[in-house]
Order: sequence, then C-alpha cells, then structure tokens
Amino acid sequence: MSHAEHVNGELPHEPEKATLEGRNKVLGFWLFLGGEAVLFGTLFATFLALRGQNNEGPTASELFSLPITAAATLILLVSSLTSVFAIQALHRHNIEKLKLWLIVTVALGLGFLGLEIYEFYEYIVHESFNMKTSAFSSAFYTLVGFHGAHVAFGVVWISLLIAQLYRKGLTVVTAPKVYVSAMYWHFIDVVWVFIFSVVYLLGKVG
Amino acid sequence: MAHAHAHSHSVKRYTGIMDWLTTVDHKKIGILYLIAGGFFFGIGGIEAILIRLQLIKPMNDLVSAQVFNELITMHGTTMIFLGVMPVIFALMNAVIPLQIGARDVAFPFLNSLGFWTFLFGGLLLNLSWIMGGAPDAGWTSYPPLSSTDYSPTHGVDFYTIGLQIAGLGTLIGGINFLATIITMRAPGMSFMRMPMFTWTAFITSAMILFAFPAITVGLVLLSFDRLLGANFFDVAGGGNPVLWQHIFWIFGHPEVYILILPAFGIISEVIPTFSRKRLFGYSSMVFATILIAFLGFMVWAHHMFTTGLGPVANALFSIATMLIAVPTGIKIFNWLFTMWGGQIRFTSANLFAIGFVPTFVMGGVTGVMLASAPADFQFHDTYFVVAHFHYVIVGGLVFGLFSGLHYWWPKMFGRVLNETLGKWTFWLFAIGFHMTFFVQHFLGLLGMQRRIVSYLPNQNFDELNFISTIGAILMGIGVLAFLANVVATSRKPVGAAADPWEDGRTLEWSIPSPPPEYNFKQIPLVRGIDAYWKEKMAGNKEMTPSEPVGPIHMPSPSILPFVMSLGLFIAGLGFMFSTEDFSNSFMSLIFNKYIVLIVGLLITFAAMIARSLYDDHGYHIEVEELEGEGKA
Repeated sequence: MSHAEHVNGELPHEPEKATLEGRNKVLGFWLFLGGEAVLFGTLFATFLALRGQNNEGPTASELFSLPITAAATLILLVSSLTSVFAIQALHRHNIEKLKLWLIVTVALGLGFLGLEIYEFYEYIVHESFNMKTSAFSSAFYTLVGFHGAHVAFGVVWISLLIAQLYRKGLTVVTAPKVYVSAMYWHFIDVVWVFIFSVVYLLGKVG
Repeated sequence: MAHAHAHSHSVKRYTGIMDWLTTVDHKKIGILYLIAGGFFFGIGGIEAILIRLQLIKPMNDLVSAQVFNELITMHGTTMIFLGVMPVIFALMNAVIPLQIGARDVAFPFLNSLGFWTFLFGGLLLNLSWIMGGAPDAGWTSYPPLSSTDYSPTHGVDFYTIGLQIAGLGTLIGGINFLATIITMRAPGMSFMRMPMFTWTAFITSAMILFAFPAITVGLVLLSFDRLLGANFFDVAGGGNPVLWQHIFWIFGHPEVYILILPAFGIISEVIPTFSRKRLFGYSSMVFATILIAFLGFMVWAHHMFTTGLGPVANALFSIATMLIAVPTGIKIFNWLFTMWGGQIRFTSANLFAIGFVPTFVMGGVTGVMLASAPADFQFHDTYFVVAHFHYVIVGGLVFGLFSGLHYWWPKMFGRVLNETLGKWTFWLFAIGFHMTFFVQHFLGLLGMQRRIVSYLPNQNFDELNFISTIGAILMGIGVLAFLANVVATSRKPVGAAADPWEDGRTLEWSIPSPPPEYNFKQIPLVRGIDAYWKEKMAGNKEMTPSEPVGPIHMPSPSILPFVMSLGLFIAGLGFMFSTEDFSNSFMSLIFNKYIVLIVGLLITFAAMIARSLYDDHGYHIEVEELEGEGKA
C-alpha cells in the first residue's frame, strides 16, 4: 500500500507523493507552515505596533540602507527560483541537476545571510543600535532575526539533504524531504518579501 | 519487494522502561500522557487545596503572601497546560486512530516527540519550586508585574521557557492529529461519518495550530525582555504592556475552546451510547463545533474590557462573545434530545456526562453575563470570574474528562473501572464542585477580589469562603476515590470484552480491549455514521473488512524524541541562568558564556540530524503472526 516504489526499478512521476508517508509529510508540512504564518504574523503585528518607538535611538529612515536590503531581496528571490528548478529536476528524475540547483540555492542563502550579518554588525557596532536601544530595535531584531534564523536553519537542512542525495540517491524516501524543504524555502522567501515591504520600504518612507 | 526491503533491516524491539522511553505506539503514548497529565493534575490539585485552606477563614496565615502568589500562578498554569491538555491528548491518542479505523497516527515519531517535549517543559516549570521560587505573576503574567523590576527571581523565566517547550509539544500534537484525521480514515469514513469525538479533536487541533504560535511569540518577547534587556513591554524603552495582553489573549481565548471542544466530543459519544440512540442533530453538532472555533478567535478582547479599548471595540467584542452562546445552545439541546426517549443507563461515565450538561449551562450563563462590557466592569477581577471559568473548565472539561476516562478505560487498559467507586467519585466530585464554586459567584458580587491572600472579617465573606473550602476538600476526596478505583481495577485481570458497554457505536468497540499493537488486523469498511452500530443492526458480529489479511508495516521505536526534548530542557536551563551572577567561577563560565545553552541545542540538533540521516524502514508483522494471535 504505502510502498508502491521501484516498480521495474523506476521512480514514479511525483516521487514525493508516491507513498503514504510522503503524502503525509507534504500535508503535515503545509499545516506546519500555517502555524509558521501565525508566528510571523504575530511578530509583524508586534513590529507594526512598536516601529515608531525609537526611544531617542536611531529611527528606521536614519538607519536603513535600501541598496543592501534590495540586494538581499534579489538574492533570496533568485534562490526561490533556483529551488523551483531543483524541484523540476526532481520531477524529471534528473538527480545531477537536482543537486546542482540545491547547491546554488544554498549558496544564495549563504549570500543572503552574509549580507544580513553585515547589516546587523553595522547597526550594532557603528550605529549603537542593539536589542536594548528601544522598543523599535527589539521588534526589529526579533522579527528580522527570526527570519534570519529560519534561513540559517534552511541552509543547514538543505545542505544535509544534498549530502543524502549523494549517499542515497533519489528515492521515494529522499524525494519528499527535498520537496518539503523547497516548500519551506519558498515560505521564508515570502516572509522576506513582507519584511522588505513592511520593515524597510515602510521604514524609509515614514 | 518493499516488504523484503523492510525486513532486511532488523529492528530492535525493547522491553521494560526502554519500551516506554522509545515507544511510538499511539496507545502507549496515550497512557504516558495520562500518567504525566494525572501527575501534574495532582500537583495542581494540591495547590488548589492549599489556596482554599489559606482562604478558609479571615486573616489566615497558613502561607505567606509570596507563596500564595506562587500557588495561584502555578495552580492555573499547571492545570491548563500540564494537567488537562495532556489528559485530552491522552484520550485523543488512545481513541482517535481507533475511531477512524487507522493502525496509527500520521506521524508516530512526532507523536512521541510531542509527548516528551511536553513532559520536559512541564518538569522545567515545576523545578521552579526547588530552584529559587515559582512564577508569581499570575497565570496570565501581565507585564509590568512580570518584568524583572517586579518579578526579580527566575520564577517568570521558568514560566516563559517551561511553557515554550511544553507548547512546542502541543503544537506538534495538533499538527499530527490534523494530518491523521485528514489522511488516515478507513475506506468509507467520509468527514460527515466521523464520530463526534474525532470531529472535535480535529477542530481542536486546527485551533491549536493557529493559536499556539501566538503564545510562542508572546513568550519569546517576554523572555527577551527579561533575559536580553529588550523593551517590548517596558514603557520606559518605548514598549507597550497592552501588547502582551493582546498576544496572550489571542492565544488564550482560543485555548479555552481548545479545552472544551474535546469535552463536547466526549459527551457526544457517551450520551448516545448510554441512551441507545444515535446522536441527535449530528450535522448541526459539526456545524456548531466549527462555528464555536471560528468565533473563538474573534473574542479575545473580552478579557480586556477594563483595559480601555474604547466603547466601539468593547461593543463589538461583547456582541461576538454573546454570539457563541448560539452554537453552544444548539449542542446543549442536541444532547437533551439525544437522551429524550432513550433507554438511559446511569453508569459512572454517563453520570459525569449528564452532570456536565446543567453544570456547563451555568458556566455558559455567567459567560454571557460577563460578555456584557458594562456589567464586566463590576465583575472584573472578582470571584464571580473565578466561579465562571471554574464552572466551564472544571464543571465542563473535567467532568467531560472523567466521563471519557470511565468510558474508554476498558479500551485503554482492558479492565472496566469499578462502578460503585465510579459513582462515589461522581457524587463526591460533583457535590464538592458546586459547594466550592457556586458560592464564589456571590463572593464576587459581594466584592471579594480574585488573587488576594487574605480578607478582613465581617464583610459577609466568612461563611461563603468556609463552605467553598469544604467543597474543595470534597472534590479532593472525589479524586482520591478515582485513584482508589484505578488501583483496585489494576489488580483485576485483563478481561474486558471488546464492547464492554454492549451498546458501543463506533469502530473502537469492534476490536479487542486493549487492541493489539496494529489495532486492526484488516482495515474495516465504513458504511455509515456509527459504523459498528450499523453492522450490529445489520446482524453482523464484526466489521466488514476492506482489505485481505496481509503483512502489516509498523514504525520502529526510537529514543531520539526523548533525546531531542532533553536537549531543549538543558538549553532552556542554560538560557534562563545566562544572566545569573554565580559565585562559583565554573558555573559562571558554563552559564554566562552560553555553554549550557549551546550544548543543549547541539544535543537537539544532533538528534534531528540523526533522524534525518538514518531512514526508519520499520518492520512487518507477518500474516502467520496475525493469524496466530487471532486463534489465541
């Protein structure tokens, strides 16, 4: 029933949904992302409530530099595209392309994290803007930091999956793992689009 | 081929204590939840008795004001998060897969992880009693009272971090049951053929999924304020304490429906069984359940009428709150109509179920009174509120849980609880309950505030408080009667029939008590609501199978969930004491440099990586083994 794999040694068309375990994993992960949406929604609400409370520290418009965050946005959006390419390769059972696109995705994720760490470092060291500065700073670091931690987790996770693909190949066990990691990656990309709009763009204009 | 694949991988099957630490069987996890939940329920109950003994007479000095604050905080927190939630999960684990005709939950490994994170979170929270003082800012932990200025000990840190870890377990459990009910139902069991308990567990799980992340964020913000010097709720730094109230109650109000809906489900199973009638108005019950869940997310600010949100907000939240009385009323009448004309049997389970109906109505009526914003300005923070929520949570949920435990005990343990002791439990608990809380309505109307350690004599409080305390002791004796029943029953041999009530309607009664580890030798074919009853009425002794007998795939046991939760426990302690001034240089090194925190997280992550790298092929139970057990 749940192990209809490897008939004639071939993977089914959508190997991530070929077993009951795989389908459960995808469904469970959608549900998990629903919970994550509430988590980030609450963080966004907190940020919106407190973003004007700079407590004589730097304000959003004094602090933010759009070129850096625009570059970060571009990098993360492209990484979402490369993870789509990875899933397309998965559906074509092209494991070499799959590994290649996952590696590109991880590299772009690392690039994003580098920019974010640089940004935080600048704020903390040169602008004296840290967790304790104001309610605005606390809300900023918590929201953006939660997102950054999600990206870091995703980078480690997808790297481990690449290693598994090298060791185990593409099977009905590894395929759902890759598929849900791509779902996760798109989710944190969407969250970043909101962060870019609500935190940075809104911060610059008012 | 898959079969040979799974068998080439030998699986260790543990016995004794290792069996319990590594089990991924939903029935055993249900028992673990029951033991752990029962343990915390006992602690919360002792705290309640101490609170009532302190208030038995005016100007009493049994406990100090500080200890009293710790007692009320821990009583509320323990009962909600560590007492009744796990017992709900115990019944859901024990019953839901059986009711939907499944061999296990969708994610057996996560099921185990959910239990162990809950247990370690609960242990962390209760360690506070011996590690420098329990939380003392009330179960709601409103800032600024819960800030480091006014709660300088680590009490509130135990609250934020303990609940964080325990909440993670609840969230995992919620996702697991949602996926289980969506994907694991037996052939023929459409959504509108699901038993009501399954329906309410489904809706409760959805509410957990959308409510618990809010408290996760709230607890993160509060712990950042306290441990990292953030300013979320600190007015001096630009923060806003009302923000905490919003976040807490956006979680907190759905939480009370998360608690009560499974009780509605239990009552909807017990009353039809012991009335020998199908549930009246099944589809309206489903509709009412969904509507209550939906409205439950829209009413959080009725806890904040006196905060000063303004008349428009208060009016809207007032109306939304009163609306909930409509679907709840539908349910009450459906239960009454189910009993009407039925052949009612007053078993212990049914006594609790029937007792639930009027008791819960009383809690509902005071709920509508509290929903009126102008009246709430009078009731707010008085014993009237205490009476109200104990009527719905104890008179509603705990009655429901006792009913469910008496009802499903034979299915869980293979032994029927003693009916005489069960009836003693009911009458002691029910009379004690009404003695304790009925008079508290009047105490509140007379002006006695909640959360006060003592009161002056001759304000008309003295006699009512005395009655209330005697009632609490009676409730305690009722719980002891239940414990005595459990002990006495556990000495009897396992011998309950598959359908010990003889009028079982749903699938769990079609298999042996307790069920074999694979539950169903053949997954049954469901041909209507109350699938088993339908087969019985058609003259069949057992369910029609939907598949031939074949080897059954089972998941392997694993110690990793235990290890992951232990890592979180260590990391939580590490984070909590990261700001502590230690006189010992070794302690200050490992805590202040975040070494304990990092080690704990590394343990958790290492276990997660191990889980990802080593595939669990599980094992198969062969046809010969199944047939052998069938004959024996």
